[in-house]
Amino acid sequence: MNNVKEPLIPSIGVITDVRIDTPDVKTFRVVTPEGKKAFLHKPGQCAMLSIPGVGEAMFSITSSPTNTEFMEFSIKKCGCVTEWLHQAEVGQQVTIRGPYGNGFPVEEKFKGKDLLFIAGGIGLAPLRSVINYVRANRADYGKVDIVYGSRSKDDLVDYNEIISEWMTDDGINVHLTIDREQEGWTGHVGFVPAYVKELNFTTDKTAILCGPPIMIKFTLQGLLEMGFEKTQIYTTMELRMKCGIGKCGRCNIGDKYVCKDGPVFRMDELEELPDEY
Amino acid sequence: MRKCKVENIYTLLGEISKNAKLYIPVDQVNGAKFTEYAEGLTLSNALKTERSIKDFFFPQTENLVDFKVSGKIIEIIDNRSEMEDFVIFGARACDVRSMEILDRVFLSEPVDTYYANRRAHGIIISMACNRPAETCFCSTFGIDASKPAGDIVCYKGENEYVFEGVTEKGKNLLEKLNAVTENGGEDTAKIVQTEIKTILDKLPLKDVKADKFGKDKTDKFFNAPEWKTLSEACLGCGTCTFVCPTCQCYDIKDFNTNSGVKRFRCWDSCMYSDFTRMSAGQPRPTQLERFRQRFMHKLVYYPTNNDGIFGCVGCGRCLSRCPISMNIVKVMKKLGEGDNE
Repeated sequence: MNNVKEPLIPSIGVITDVRIDTPDVKTFRVVTPEGKKAFLHKPGQCAMLSIPGVGEAMFSITSSPTNTEFMEFSIKKCGCVTEWLHQAEVGQQVTIRGPYGNGFPVEEKFKGKDLLFIAGGIGLAPLRSVINYVRANRADYGKVDIVYGSRSKDDLVDYNEIISEWMTDDGINVHLTIDREQEGWTGHVGFVPAYVKELNFTTDKTAILCGPPIMIKFTLQGLLEMGFEKTQIYTTMELRMKCGIGKCGRCNIGDKYVCKDGPVFRMDELEELPDEY
Repeated sequence: MRKCKVENIYTLLGEISKNAKLYIPVDQVNGAKFTEYAEGLTLSNALKTERSIKDFFFPQTENLVDFKVSGKIIEIIDNRSEMEDFVIFGARACDVRSMEILDRVFLSEPVDTYYANRRAHGIIISMACNRPAETCFCSTFGIDASKPAGDIVCYKGENEYVFEGVTEKGKNLLEKLNAVTENGGEDTAKIVQTEIKTILDKLPLKDVKADKFGKDKTDKFFNAPEWKTLSEACLGCGTCTFVCPTCQCYDIKDFNTNSGVKRFRCWDSCMYSDFTRMSAGQPRPTQLERFRQRFMHKLVYYPTNNDGIFGCVGCGRCLSRCPISMNIVKVMKKLGEGDNE
């Protein structure tokens, strides 16, 4: 199904389910017109979705590769394409092409390790793919900690899945936090970077970060203070993209193209790039 | 080598145009332009066409794919037609090198099939530069204006044109022209080359050196203080990127027409703020970052990814076109003299 020969020509996808996650995030389930998964992918890889006449944009595939039936995209409303998608109904066709990017090194580097996922807001979307991949291959990975925060309880993406599936799994500890006190919230209150330090994790874990730049910056700082090495920390990046194949020039940082060489970078690799992201 | 008398060149061009679309440089209102050959057209004597031969392989706009949308249903229509063979006559050494630079982008995996198709169908007849100009600095990048690359190389002597088939498809085309050419011309080619070299030695930009730049020099130049003064007057007009034979950045945009949606690929420019702006922020907030990107890409990033080959060919088009007279030569001189160690 993957259109290798014609990288810029997409194929058809059908939205078969729309889930309202938060006031500005919806999760879309996409399959081919035949009801199959559009293509195989690795956790952390992305796909180009488009609505002809509106535009095309890159989204991380939030469902796990172990899901063989469909793909899911958690999409925040913040521009032309996403606003259009947010008013789309089940049965709506879109175009899809991919997969793009390197993905997380779940086999090469994460296997056998204790994993610490740290996400803020919509930043959970690309990590959900990895988390569910790890859950599906539980024996291959060590202990899993997930620190996830957002502005309020209503802004936590995938809240139901977190509560009913992740929290009930053996060997997975979920630590939720919201920015400010809220009625009915009995969990932790505070920003993600501070919470991570508070939780005082052992430094033998591999950390996987995704969230707003400011969260990444302070969480990274905190992890380094706790004694983590940059080689233990991974993140995934977001830049404007058009082609997805490292040719249109948009996501170029130094000698790297985020769409092709990224979006996943290890912190020490990221620091070698010019500070322009 | 094969040759033909100067007065017979139009017979030869006519012969080529029998089997393929032929484009030759012709003087137009706004300078020389590659124009489809027709009887009566006269070859331009200009050194350079205003636009490079990039346009033939990576056009300014092209229709990638069409869509028909009815309700929730989308139909994808690949409306590409069979590509015809075409021949470009009179490409200069700089422009021919630019194809090698673009090839490394568009023909690397995953191959850009639109570009690859045009490359497969195009034949380039290059022409040694009889009169290199003061804005020329191709030798900075190891290009020899007296011996360009190309499928066929042509030398224009006083009385005859000399042709040398280089690639397989060039040799095949030259063979088809046996009726209008004859053997010989080696002496003429040598004379032409010597004359060109004499001029090259006198060019004002012949001493511009690129050796301080290249592979893995990002750290050395990225934070150089010179970028501020260099970029200060940049208008962000993007002219340099549009006349550049190696600039390859593009945009993909949809247009609603009465009969459906057409998806186009259009040239874009890293000089524009919109190029990298997204809802999450702007990684290149001022003209300094955009200006720096263009030159760092040509002088450092591209060479890092492509065996040290620079992304500039020294054609000088940006030198004559920039409205504020800023250009890559000034950038190289300024950064090169600065102590950025």
